[in-house]
Amino acid sequence: MNGPITNLFRLVLVLFVLLVAFTSRWSVFDASTLAENPSNRRELLEEQRRPRGLLLADDGSKLAESQPIGTGQARRYVRRYPDGSLFSHAVGYSFVDRGRAGLEQSRNGPLTGDRGELASIVDELVSEPLEGSDVRTALDAKAQRVALQGLGGRAGSIVVIEPESGRVPVMVSTPNFDPNQIPERFSQLNRAAGSPIFNRATQARYPPGSTMKVVTAAAALDSGRFTPNSVIDGRSPKTVGGVPLNNFGNESFGAISLTQALTNSVNTVWGSVAEQLGKGTVYRYMKRFGFNENPPIDYPENQLTPSGVFDAKSGKLLDEDDAVDIGRVGIGQERLQVTPLQMAEVAATVANGGVRMESRLTERIVGADGRTKRRISPERATRVMSKGAADQLKAMMASVVREGSGTAAALEGIKVAGKTGTAEVDNGASNQAWFIGFAPLDDPKMAVAVTVERTQGQGGTVAAPIAKRVLQALIRRG
Amino acid sequence: MSPRLRELVGLLPVSLLLTAGFTAVYLSRAVNPETITLTYGAFFLGCCVFGHLFIRARLPHADPYLFPLAALLAAFGLVMIYRIDRELARDQATWFVIGLALFCATVVFLRDFRVLERYRYTIAAAGVALLLMPRLPLIGAQTNGAYLAIELGPISFQPAEFAKLAVIIFLASYLGDKRDVLVRGRFPRLSLRHFGPLIVVWGLAMLLLVLIRDLGSSLMFFGGFLALLYVATARLSFVAVGSAMFLGGAAFFASTLSYVQDRIDIWLDPFAPNVVDEEGYQIAQSMFAQADGGLFGQGLGRALFELPNGTPILPAAHTDLIYALIVNELGLFGAAGLLLAYLLFVSRGFKASLLASEGFSKLLAAGLTAVFALQVFVIVGGVTRVIPLTGVTLPFVSYGGSSLLANFVLLALLLIVSHDARRDRFAFRGGVV
Repeated sequence: MNGPITNLFRLVLVLFVLLVAFTSRWSVFDASTLAENPSNRRELLEEQRRPRGLLLADDGSKLAESQPIGTGQARRYVRRYPDGSLFSHAVGYSFVDRGRAGLEQSRNGPLTGDRGELASIVDELVSEPLEGSDVRTALDAKAQRVALQGLGGRAGSIVVIEPESGRVPVMVSTPNFDPNQIPERFSQLNRAAGSPIFNRATQARYPPGSTMKVVTAAAALDSGRFTPNSVIDGRSPKTVGGVPLNNFGNESFGAISLTQALTNSVNTVWGSVAEQLGKGTVYRYMKRFGFNENPPIDYPENQLTPSGVFDAKSGKLLDEDDAVDIGRVGIGQERLQVTPLQMAEVAATVANGGVRMESRLTERIVGADGRTKRRISPERATRVMSKGAADQLKAMMASVVREGSGTAAALEGIKVAGKTGTAEVDNGASNQAWFIGFAPLDDPKMAVAVTVERTQGQGGTVAAPIAKRVLQALIRRG
Repeated sequence: MSPRLRELVGLLPVSLLLTAGFTAVYLSRAVNPETITLTYGAFFLGCCVFGHLFIRARLPHADPYLFPLAALLAAFGLVMIYRIDRELARDQATWFVIGLALFCATVVFLRDFRVLERYRYTIAAAGVALLLMPRLPLIGAQTNGAYLAIELGPISFQPAEFAKLAVIIFLASYLGDKRDVLVRGRFPRLSLRHFGPLIVVWGLAMLLLVLIRDLGSSLMFFGGFLALLYVATARLSFVAVGSAMFLGGAAFFASTLSYVQDRIDIWLDPFAPNVVDEEGYQIAQSMFAQADGGLFGQGLGRALFELPNGTPILPAAHTDLIYALIVNELGLFGAAGLLLAYLLFVSRGFKASLLASEGFSKLLAAGLTAVFALQVFVIVGGVTRVIPLTGVTLPFVSYGGSSLLANFVLLALLLIVSHDARRDRFAFRGGVV
């Protein structure tokens, strides 16, 4: 009987090898596949057991912190937002059952202290407990509060960009929400009127109205086809794209310079300019400004949308080969839709002498030991126009605030440049009011885009005064 | 070194391991400081030394490795259960002490284990009765669709653990007697006399499948039987025919009985939609836990085990899925170490069988060892998705009184057989390893 007993042991040996093989399969070879399985909530739950890093404003005040709940094995950390709804969209939120949004999502890696790509067996051996890093942002609580108060409960959005660096100190979208309420009230907020969770600064597509004339002007000047003094017939109505186009209030202007035409926001002039430049040229400059693609910013891709001409039916982004009335695109009409972030980038680009910078909310990543791990340095996106063309355009925009439609944005002692915009919505029943601009004129520190939804006023009367207060709050302190 | 000294020396690292394990778990908690972890270790060492002295007095020639290996496995289990729940660990420690007492009682009362042969039909009847108890009204209990336990008030009892012993004792005795008949027959002249036992036991296994609804226990019992039949007859043809019959029967019931079919579907694709959060939840979580372990594990007491609201993420972590938790916390290496300990135990069991001089002893040791090994394979194989997951325990490691007691009896029987065999050898040749 001894032979069979030995054979039996051999069989057991084979069976146990099989067990080790399968254990290896799940624990090592298939481990990453299993970790990514959507039914596997371990990673999310695991994250709760460690505090996330802090999100800090530019002055070091806390925008988001992790608070411990419970003790011992049951201890977990829940996110708290000390400023409540002040930075709801820029900061976003992070909760196990509702996922993440905003900076909490786009900077989740450093906040949770991920090991990154370098995780190896050696890392496993020395596995130190992961510690989240703090994320220091460019967000300015005082200016943000001024901007929020400026909108005064109306739906709209304000974005401020520092032209030289691309830093974003202000990002407002109203109505807003209190991220602390996300766990309890998420579905309510998601369905609420005015879509408070929706970030208008990066996701809303509005008709830009006359603020688009800044883009058209950049194309006109930089292409060398026009100068600020080029004279164009400004009568109203005037045929553009085969259809009569009117000026505001059907006011007729004679033959006027481009500077005058921008100052008084003359549609028929800029419609003709865009038409003369042609679709190819106008589109080339639009794309240089960042149209037709998501703006470059450290914000979640799923909370960004491109600006451009959208087909009404399919919602598709149209290109220069599609049938587009470029004359009307040039004055912000047609089916052109833009985000406040995009228009702020337009203003910032002009202010920065024609160079567009990548926007960023994050200033630097600070390790748990207090040392800076990574500084987010300014990144140049592209040169949109020559410095000369930009200087000409700056002067034209300064004239808008000095004596044109944007006088309400003027500051005492500081020269402001800008452009107003008023787009009719709801079949002319109300307006989308805009102001984009920058200050100080000679050494621009801040560029701003302000927009207010469904107002009876115009860009110059509704949006420009808000821009004034925001610029004042940011520059007076500087 | 004498065998008994080797046994004693083997117990020391086991106690150290237990102490270290408790300390690691305690450290990972970092709250409610407990100074009793050392006391645990000392108490465990005391129990082991007592067991050793008892063996020294009663079974001086018995295999020196089986007891330390069993103690190692039990220590492993105690640490893991302590990590899950201190109350459960206290219960398990109590069962360990009772198990040790039952071990001693078995050694005392079955010192001449051949008396078992006299009662083999009674034992067989008792075994079958035990197996069917969970189907009785009032006391029977169903978990995960299988009928494996009975519940008397607060006490839950898994009769299959003891039935396992009864069935092996009966088969060892019966086959020891009849093996001559079974071996003698040649192909043309094979009759019902040869295949009778095979068919009867096969029928019982199928009955188990239908009544208990547990493929794993059915596989364990029938596998144990085939192993014994093979050892008794050395005829692979019996094993082949038996395996074919089992597979055929299992396949038949898999296609006719929905609960068998469901089990197999879950096994094949636990991540299917509508399955992963329902019937497949347990096995899916088992695999996620193992994936979380990696090579070296998260460390004792450090793996994610509970949801924020306190419900465990790994269902039945202290019983069915304890192996998954071990992989999670100690990694592939820790789990392989555990399996190695089992393999060593099995090798010593077979060694006792090899050394035994007559049929019943040989078959008893081989059968007990085989069924022990199969039980490990069935539950670890279930947890690692080699076979469909079933609710048998991991011997000496899983939480549960019935399991621990039955395995202490199994250990006692193996040591008795081993003592007899080695004493005889010792008398003839003057020494054996």
